[in-house]
Amino acid sequence: MAAEKAEMDALKKECDGLRAQIEAARKAVNDGSMSAASSGVASVGRVQLKLRKTLKGHLAKIYAMHWSADSRQMVSASQDGKLLIWDCFTGNKLIAVPLKSAWVMSVAFAPSGNLVASGGLDNICTVYNIKAASPKTLRELDAHTGYLSCCRFLSDTEILTASGDTTCCLWDLETGKQKVIFTNHIGDCMSLALSPDTNTFISGACDSLAKLWDLREGACKQTFSGHTSDINAISFFPNGNAIITGSDDCQCKMYDLRADQEVICYQDTSLNAGVTSLALSSSGRLIFAGYDDFNCHIWDSLKGEKVGVLSGHDNRVSCTGVPADGMGVCTGSWDSFLKLWN
Amino acid sequence: MTINTLAKGGCHREQMACFRKMEKVIVAMQDPDMGMKMRNQRLLITVIPHAMTGHDIITWLTHKYRISEEEALHLGNMLVKYGYIYPLKEPRCLVLRPDESPYRFQTPYFWTSTRWPASELDYAIYLAKKNIRKQGELMEYEKERYSLLHKRINHTWDFVVMQAREQLRASKQRRKADRIVLECQEQAYWLINRPPPGVNNVLDTGLERPNNFSCRVTLNSDYYKREIEACRKALGRNRVKSSICLEGFLKYSEQYLNHDPIMQGCLPSNPWISDDTAHWTMNAEIVPVPTRLRVERWSFSFMELLNDAMGRREFMTYLEKEFSAENLYFWQACEDIRHGENSKIVEKVEDVYKNFLAPGAARWVNIDSKTMDKTLEGIKRPHRFVMDDAQMHIYFLMKKDSYPRYLKSDLYKNMLAKAIVPQETKKSVFPFMRRQRHSSPSPAQTATQAAEEEGLAKGAGANSAAGSHF
Repeated sequence: MAAEKAEMDALKKECDGLRAQIEAARKAVNDGSMSAASSGVASVGRVQLKLRKTLKGHLAKIYAMHWSADSRQMVSASQDGKLLIWDCFTGNKLIAVPLKSAWVMSVAFAPSGNLVASGGLDNICTVYNIKAASPKTLRELDAHTGYLSCCRFLSDTEILTASGDTTCCLWDLETGKQKVIFTNHIGDCMSLALSPDTNTFISGACDSLAKLWDLREGACKQTFSGHTSDINAISFFPNGNAIITGSDDCQCKMYDLRADQEVICYQDTSLNAGVTSLALSSSGRLIFAGYDDFNCHIWDSLKGEKVGVLSGHDNRVSCTGVPADGMGVCTGSWDSFLKLWN
Repeated sequence: MTINTLAKGGCHREQMACFRKMEKVIVAMQDPDMGMKMRNQRLLITVIPHAMTGHDIITWLTHKYRISEEEALHLGNMLVKYGYIYPLKEPRCLVLRPDESPYRFQTPYFWTSTRWPASELDYAIYLAKKNIRKQGELMEYEKERYSLLHKRINHTWDFVVMQAREQLRASKQRRKADRIVLECQEQAYWLINRPPPGVNNVLDTGLERPNNFSCRVTLNSDYYKREIEACRKALGRNRVKSSICLEGFLKYSEQYLNHDPIMQGCLPSNPWISDDTAHWTMNAEIVPVPTRLRVERWSFSFMELLNDAMGRREFMTYLEKEFSAENLYFWQACEDIRHGENSKIVEKVEDVYKNFLAPGAARWVNIDSKTMDKTLEGIKRPHRFVMDDAQMHIYFLMKKDSYPRYLKSDLYKNMLAKAIVPQETKKSVFPFMRRQRHSSPSPAQTATQAAEEEGLAKGAGANSAAGSHF
């Protein structure tokens, strides 16, 4: 037993030593702060977005929403056991998909618009064909041993899932089998996002780390630390060179992938509610972050300042999304409403 | 979503930050000078002091915060939903009625934030009291919960019953009015913290994530060995100076500023605001004439050009003129393999070999011999990424050579000149329009515009926003 412990201690020491070296290497290239770099950029002033529509139809908490690639349709999931597909322009509900399990935590729209996927406490990611006469279950992807926290389609044939069993997984929809399992996190994976070039993806987990994975190699390429609590939301900056994370520690952070480190932290002493979700405007300048305090706060991503707030929900903002054409932002809340702002 | 995140820094973060805000309102309402006027309320034969009507609450909120009645009703409703004010008539209906219905302030002892979270033990004592006081007074769901608690905390049940008896005895010593008040307050507290089935639980904070570190992953020596390997690889990675990276973000945001509808608005109008789909129609995948902004984007990066169907088509036309169209066809075929169906990969790889790589192929692509050899070797066992190296080679060839020349070509320049700049939709005077149209196409700009005007009017020394220019 003593020998085992000694070995463990030696390994831990070596690991810590390497981590310290990585930190040193990161410091070495850190020759400028974002606030210094953006000092010359004009301020955006106060951003006041108006509520354009309120989508009513769900009967219980809304846990997730995702825009379709056509920027007009959107799917939302609620714990009343339904997925609703909305035409956001008219405000009409186009399709209702009844779920086998009401404990849904995530929903995704395929880029083609033919499929939607959802999953939650049932540990299963169910993929539905919504172009059929009535929504048909295409596949039930059942291999995770923990809840499904997030899912994203790469195409009609591949889907990525993040789970409470600490792994992310790439599935083949033709066979319904797992193709690659991404293991490295030591806490529940809460969120994932695909890079704009679809070669890599990022995941945030309850171990307070964000990791970048290569889809082809199946390995973790980079790890980002700095948060002190669960990372609930994660997203790429539109040029694919940085990631933004939102955490229960009430902060959002931007990490640069090429410099391999944190470049800016979005925090405010008056904000002491956790971040539940985030989305970026199409130029990347504005970050819309949903918080537990029922509001969605707007940050200037370059200057690190809070520039606005979207208030109107009666309960926690659970999901946020900006469509591909960047027309506005949609917030979904536990008060069962979705609101569109711009 | 954690109830108690004892983070590495070790601070209990308060959930429900809104409670502090609500409590400020409640304290203001009870201010002896500026607060609400109370009256005594008759409930059957007993008089309840310090009560107020729903109508009074709304009037006070409307005056104090200078808000509309609708907003005051909404705010008042939230105060009732979260238990700071409770109704005397119909206690189970937690709604603020804007009429003569009587309401009362909840005592701070029973504020949700004071005793967070509500404890199972206290609930058991409460139910025990109700049970003892009047046999059969418990509702169906309360009976179920009572028996469930009896099973769960059976080891302290003697304590529960003893406490219940003590509290009942103590309350008998009080005046009847006080006793009724206390019972109402306690009932209101439990209606919020243990709502009946079917009622929305406003205090629900979602899934409990009791551990930050999952017990599924054991931190044993294998784990550390893997970590060490990963760290070694990570240490060797190339790191770019942060100043260069940051410049990149600034450039990108600036370049795409005009293309961001939230920042700059969009022409002819934002469909969400004007209810006019003209913008979408003009920017559909294939249109006779594209918009200027769209054609401009093609010059931002090669991927922007390739991701746009029309851009790709234009680029193909250009390449045909240069007799290098096979490159783009090859790239497209490789993309199809990468993102398409697994079952079709073998067949597609065959096709690509026949059309692009085989000696004497119709559309032979010029790849360096090393990459060609590697690809041909890989084709023997085709998989999704077998064409990656070749595709990357051709991609960079096009990017470094053909793409810059395309941007300088007459073909592109003519496209840019021909491209439409839509007119801003005029605000039409349509009598039945219920929604007010934004006069400016760019909502995010309105504030700065207003500030700018103000700054100009005031003269020098205006705030920074006034000086900004989009």
